[in-house]
Amino acid sequence: MIMDFFWAFVVGGSICVIGQLLLDIFKLTPAHVMSSFVVAGAVLDGFGLYDKLIEFAGAGATVPITSFGHSLLHGAMVQAEEHGFLGIAVGIFQLTSAGIASAILFGFLVAIIFKPKG
Amino acid sequence: MKQGKQSWLFNNGVYIKGTATVSGPKERAGPLGQTFDYSYDDLYCEGKTWEQAEQNLLDQSIKICIEKSKIREDAIDLIISGDLLNQTVSSNYTARNYGNPFLGVFGACSTSMQTLAIGSSLVDSGNCDYVMASTSSHYSSAERQFRYPTEYGGQKPNTSTSTVTGAGSALISQERSSIQVEGATIGKVIDFGADDPLDLGSAMAPAAADTIVQHFTDFNSSPEDYDLILTGDLSSVGTPIVKKLAYQAGYDIENVHRDCGLMVYHSNQNTFAGGSGCAVSAVVTYGQIVQKLRSGELNKVLVVATGALLSPTIVQQKETIPCIAHGVVLKRVSES
Repeated sequence: MIMDFFWAFVVGGSICVIGQLLLDIFKLTPAHVMSSFVVAGAVLDGFGLYDKLIEFAGAGATVPITSFGHSLLHGAMVQAEEHGFLGIAVGIFQLTSAGIASAILFGFLVAIIFKPKG
Repeated sequence: MKQGKQSWLFNNGVYIKGTATVSGPKERAGPLGQTFDYSYDDLYCEGKTWEQAEQNLLDQSIKICIEKSKIREDAIDLIISGDLLNQTVSSNYTARNYGNPFLGVFGACSTSMQTLAIGSSLVDSGNCDYVMASTSSHYSSAERQFRYPTEYGGQKPNTSTSTVTGAGSALISQERSSIQVEGATIGKVIDFGADDPLDLGSAMAPAAADTIVQHFTDFNSSPEDYDLILTGDLSSVGTPIVKKLAYQAGYDIENVHRDCGLMVYHSNQNTFAGGSGCAVSAVVTYGQIVQKLRSGELNKVLVVATGALLSPTIVQQKETIPCIAHGVVLKRVSES
C-alpha cells in the first residue's frame, strides 16, 4: 500500500520534472510541452509500454496528460480491430470523451460563476 | 535643428506645460505609488474588459493632463499616442473621445519618448502650439497580446517582466515652464539575435546602449553632464548589460543610471525581473522625475525608453527580436 503511493509519487513527479526541464532548458512553450506529452503517451502505448507503467505506478501514470495520449491510441486500436480503418476515427475519442466533455462542462460552469482576476 | 547624426536640438524652446500619470492597484502599492495623479483600485479600471480598462487609463491621463495644464481641450493641436495592442487600439479608441487631430504611433515600450520627441519637434517647428504626448499599457491586455491570457495560467521564468498597468501624458508647448525638452536622440533598430520573448531585458539592452552612446556623441556630452540617465524597462536582466556595453564604448554610466522597470515595484511584489510596458517609462518620468525636476532635486535627465519590436506571430516563425530606444533630454530651467 505505502509502496503504491511511493511509486505513484515518483513516476508522476518524474513526468512533471521532464515537463519542467522542457520549459526551462529547452525553452518549449507550455502548449508544446502539452502536445509533446500527449504524443509521447500515444507512442509509448503503441509499444505496449504505457499499460505497464499504469500497472506499476497507478495514478502516477494516469493523472499526467501523457495518459490522454495513451487513451487516444487505446480507443482507436480497440475500434480498429472491430471495424478496420474507420474504427480509428470512431474509437479515438471513445475513452477520452468523458474527460473532454467534463473539461467543457466545468469550464463553462466556472466561466459563468467567476470573473478573471488578471 | 539637426544635432550630430541622429539627434534633434529644439532651439525655439519646448517646455512641458503639464503631465499626468494614472496607474493600477499594484503600481499604487509600489514605491512610487504616491507620485501618481490617479490610481484605480481594481485591475478592470471601471471597464468590462482588459482592453477597456487600458482605454480608461489612457483617457483618464489625458483628462487629468488637460486639467493640470489649465488649457481648453480644443486648444490642443495634436494628440500623439501609442500602445502595445494590435493596431494600437487603446490609443485609437481613446482618441475617438476627443475632437482633436490625432497621430497614432507604434514603438513598443519606447512609445513614451517617441511621442514626446515627435511632439516636441512639431512644437519646435511651429506646426503645433500644444501637443499631448501619451501612452498606456495594461498587465492583462499585454499578457493576452504577447504571452498567454492570464486565465491560462502559463508559467513565467524569472527573466520575464510584468507589464505596468498605467498611462502617462505630457502637454508640451513653447510657453515657458520650469522643465524644458532640450533635445532628442532617435534610435536605430538593432537586432543582436535575441530570440527569447520571455527575456526582453537582454534583447533591448544593446539598443539602449547604442542610443545612449550616440546621444553623447551627437551632443558632445558625457555621463557627468546628467544627474540621471533613465532607461525604460531593461529590468534586472538588461540593466547590467547596458552598463557594460556603455562602459565598453568609453562611457561609465554606473552611478547615474537607473531603470524605470526597477523603480515601480517593491521586490516582494512578485513581478519577476521588474516592470515593463509602454506605461513604465511614462509613469516614472511624468510622475517622480518631473516632480524632482520642478523641485530642483534634479537638473538634467536623459530618458531612454526601450522597445522590443516583436509580434507573437513572428516569434513563432522563429525570427529574432529587433529592438529600439529613443532618448529625450529634460532640463530644469528658470520659469522666466
